Amino acid sequence: MSIGLLIFVFVLAIFLGVELITKVPSQLHTPLMSGTNAISGITIVGALTAAGTGADTVASIVGTVALILATINVVGGYLVTNRMLAMFKRKDKEQK
Amino acid sequence: MTDYIEILIDLGYVVASILFILGIKMLGRPERARRGNLVSALGMLIAVVSALLECCLSFSWVIVGMVVGASIGVIAARTVKMTSMPQMVAILNGFGGLASLLVGWENYHSSPDSNLFITIAILLAVLIGGVAFSGSVIAYGKLSQRLSGKPIFFYSQQVVNGTIIVAILLCGAIFAYNPAASFSYVIFIVIIGLALILGVLGVIPIGGADMPVIIALLNSYSGLAASAAGFIILNNVLIVAGALVGASGLILTGIMCKAMNRSLANVLFGGLQAAVSKEGTGEVQGEPHPITPEDAYYILEAARSVVFVPGYGMAVAQAQHAVRELGEILEDNGAEVRYAIHPVAGRMPGHMNVLLAEANVVYEQLAEMDHVNPIMETIDVCVVIGANDVVNPAAREIASSPIYGMPVINADKAKTVIILKRSMAAGFAGVDNPLFVKENARMLFGDAKASLQQLIAEFKEA
Repeated sequence: MSIGLLIFVFVLAIFLGVELITKVPSQLHTPLMSGTNAISGITIVGALTAAGTGADTVASIVGTVALILATINVVGGYLVTNRMLAMFKRKDKEQK
Repeated sequence: MTDYIEILIDLGYVVASILFILGIKMLGRPERARRGNLVSALGMLIAVVSALLECCLSFSWVIVGMVVGASIGVIAARTVKMTSMPQMVAILNGFGGLASLLVGWENYHSSPDSNLFITIAILLAVLIGGVAFSGSVIAYGKLSQRLSGKPIFFYSQQVVNGTIIVAILLCGAIFAYNPAASFSYVIFIVIIGLALILGVLGVIPIGGADMPVIIALLNSYSGLAASAAGFIILNNVLIVAGALVGASGLILTGIMCKAMNRSLANVLFGGLQAAVSKEGTGEVQGEPHPITPEDAYYILEAARSVVFVPGYGMAVAQAQHAVRELGEILEDNGAEVRYAIHPVAGRMPGHMNVLLAEANVVYEQLAEMDHVNPIMETIDVCVVIGANDVVNPAAREIASSPIYGMPVINADKAKTVIILKRSMAAGFAGVDNPLFVKENARMLFGDAKASLQQLIAEFKEA
């Protein structure tokens, strides 16, 4: 893949991100933050490769530690966000 | 055959990216937020499965890593208390940053002779990831009160920071020039160390009430670090997802800064001025009017409309359930009850909303500052619970005040204000609060939770 194309994708994604979240009610700031935080755990894809193809033991260990941390970030992030969002209730739902 | 698998893997990454985008979009709308989070989690699952199809020569390390990580993640997410949510978010964020740093390290270790582009990407992943990690750890320490929440300054801090940045640039240049040389590995480790130190030094001068800004900013960093990792392994899904998080973190940072009427530079470097100007403005005149829970009961009993303004003090006292209980009693008593929430109340963006949601306060009763201020004059009683700077009328009235110009909830405009507070101490900003001595203000001293419980008891006895 050409370098130019990667940078192109990066810049477009930044603009897309800005467009997506300019108007978020403050009620959702924490879940938005922890939810996007879980997405930043996407580095798990890099960590998988690192842990699975390490050139030697040092590389495998470094990669595995990266994988552990990224997995905590992903799993913990999504679960905690889900827990928070489950608490946000509206009146009509509560009466059911 | 292998071609088909490759296409399948690439399609998996495309689908994952789409699901992240949809998920983030849905996270911004209250009625769809929960599904949005699930959509984004599905995207992550697809990305992980795709990666597993292409990643691995041996699965032993991979299985160990995923099982250990997932177990810790599940346990932490299940057991964390809602009041500990700010530090939880901070530490998860730090883990993401450190993971990106290690991905960079592993790639350098395995193939030190990569081209210049990938070498620069490795440097960026290590730098941004390192700053995000150590910064988040310090933020975690401050939020969980293992470290002092006060801003820490030392002599010529800016000079030290500047020197470190110059050193990083120099080391980076030497490293990028010949990454495969034997001394370059040493330089690489030095760069990691410097990045970690920079993260620590960047966050220690940030005081408690500025935490929402720094948490949002660190969130953005960990996204950008993931993006940099994507440039290393030439993978679009990392680049897209990381950039989305980077952008969203920056926007949240901007919202938080705006809510404090300060620039990002002022938050990052300006704590010093705030601390210095502390002495000049402490000329609030007048006496506070302390009341007993019984007096407060009579005031609230007669009120037809009540607005609660929660602040960090409510989180510290864990008073959210007591607040909700009192709110329900007042509603049964015929009053209209609302909760007015300042964007930077608490220690992370949306902190108060999470706590009140935990206590089963319904969404409809929560009001944003801009909606509640215009009707404040019609409110009978405004109850301030552990909030200080966000209700300080000095921000409107006293041009010399350090917080002058910050948008605040106009609690003082209500007919009566009851302030639950432990003492007359100034808030985080170190600014005296003229609200406390206003004619219509009543101080109910003591622990917020205990005071609320006494009030509830008064109502139950009556």
